Amino acid sequence: VTLSEGARAGTGRELGMLDSLLSLGGLVLLRDSVEWEGRSLLKALVKKSALCGEQVHILGCEVSEEEFREGFDSNINNRLVYHDFFRDPLNWSKTEEALPGGPLGALRAICKRTDPGPVTIALDSLSWLLLHLPCTTLCQALHAVSHQDSCPGDSSPVGKVSVLGLLHEELHGPGPVGALSSLAQTEVTLGGTKGQASAHILCRRPRQRPTDQTQWFSILPDFSLDLQEGPSVESQPCSDPHIPPVDPTTHLTFNLHLSKKEREARDSLILPFQFSSEKQQALLRPRPGQATSHIFYEPDAYDDLDQEDPDDDLDI
Amino acid sequence: MFVELNNLLNTTPDRAEQGKLTLLCDAKTDGSFLVHHFLSFYLKANCKVCFVALFQSFSHYNIVGQKLGVNLTVARERGQLVFLEGLKSAVDVFFQTQEEPHPLQFLREANAGNLKPLFEFVREALKPVDGGEARWTYPVLLVDDLSVLLSLGMGAVAVLDFIHYCRATVCWELKGNMVILVHDSGDVEDEENDILLNGVSHQSHLILRAEGLATGFCRDVHGQLRILWRRPSQPTAQRDQSLTYQYKIQDKSVSFFAKGMSPAVL
Repeated sequence: VTLSEGARAGTGRELGMLDSLLSLGGLVLLRDSVEWEGRSLLKALVKKSALCGEQVHILGCEVSEEEFREGFDSNINNRLVYHDFFRDPLNWSKTEEALPGGPLGALRAICKRTDPGPVTIALDSLSWLLLHLPCTTLCQALHAVSHQDSCPGDSSPVGKVSVLGLLHEELHGPGPVGALSSLAQTEVTLGGTKGQASAHILCRRPRQRPTDQTQWFSILPDFSLDLQEGPSVESQPCSDPHIPPVDPTTHLTFNLHLSKKEREARDSLILPFQFSSEKQQALLRPRPGQATSHIFYEPDAYDDLDQEDPDDDLDI
Repeated sequence: MFVELNNLLNTTPDRAEQGKLTLLCDAKTDGSFLVHHFLSFYLKANCKVCFVALFQSFSHYNIVGQKLGVNLTVARERGQLVFLEGLKSAVDVFFQTQEEPHPLQFLREANAGNLKPLFEFVREALKPVDGGEARWTYPVLLVDDLSVLLSLGMGAVAVLDFIHYCRATVCWELKGNMVILVHDSGDVEDEENDILLNGVSHQSHLILRAEGLATGFCRDVHGQLRILWRRPSQPTAQRDQSLTYQYKIQDKSVSFFAKGMSPAVL
């Protein structure tokens, strides 16, 4: 999609931006918060990939396989491969069931696959990985996965890899989030108002200016995306148009304004510490006719006019 | 249990949902009345309750429980309640023989990495007893409160891992419920507590947040309760609902009313 195409198109192309997230490939960051959760959107995008015929791998660290698969019908569930890191991610039960290499090992194993079709990997969640793995290791792994087609020494043609990462914004500082953001081709930040969810989508296409757009949506019970125009006007909070805003300066007992003459007089006033050359000369040369100053003193009745210095008798 | 709170949450001991994690948090006020509510709620629902009580002593909860109609001593003797009294057993860590890891083993270790012994204690307490007869409906884990673990030196990620494992066992495997209290430090710069609070928030199905009033202390309105429902099993057209009520705590009950509608004001 070139820029001119995007500019020409109307709402039809804009509505499609959320739909076409996966077609770009690379890392798609889904940033959610406590109030606006992102797992439903993640599942909706996973369903979309599965319906397109892609193979979908899910690294499940936060919810059980049952819970993730809930709501999907069987033809979608057949295309989902769930790597379970929910039941025993840290190997506390000390059984042999633990998947070797942990989540990153599983991620690399997915990429070493032999079949060349497109693949979507859903990370549920990227926050869990970021809390348990060093940020640099995780970023290197994500970079290697999402830029696989440019990997040297790989003779077999490999299909497009899309990585959907669910990130809980409040859990991490700006450093790690910034690092992941710079790796991502697309960032979707979830938000909304009053029961209506929105997605702010920031798309970075190579050799093009980043584009961003806000899309209102809702997720239907079968996890399909329902794109919407936005909250209805009546529900938006705004001031009542029938009551005009009150001007508090109308009925005052004192005057807040200056007349024209007063304003001119104020503007032409020279500030006392503003030095102009005339003022400087006037201070250096005493004006002719200005006598030296006198002090006039009227003694009180009780004043003692003794001319002697009272400290004379001190023998220091 | 507070009947008015049950009405707000649209639940009763007979028909409570299972497999849910409820987060209680309090900011600038004391949210422990919610802990007492859920303790008596689940005991009345005939659940097997494991209570990790790190904040107060057993007698404290017992006294309040009796006002709410449950007897913790009897429940403990019957085997319905497994009570880990943190204040007392913390001392046992140092004076007990080292046969098996104590649930609060991390107090002894200089570099305790995880809360695995505490998790194993919980799992042992709530595992279904072999023998056929199911005396209790479903297991419930209650923790008061999680911020104490941070104060005792555990990292936020270690505590989150503990909650994760408890959730996997209690909520998913045993189809029980969890109720966790975490304090919200508010303005104080406590990054670890924020990570803990947000991490548990993201894992929870229901968040009850007790806040002090923004205008300060009031005799007739003790605070404000925000209720947030998350993670419905099916996404509904209307997103996560959030309700806010104000409350007043009395001797044996708590009354709730809409904002600004306190009986003292009307």
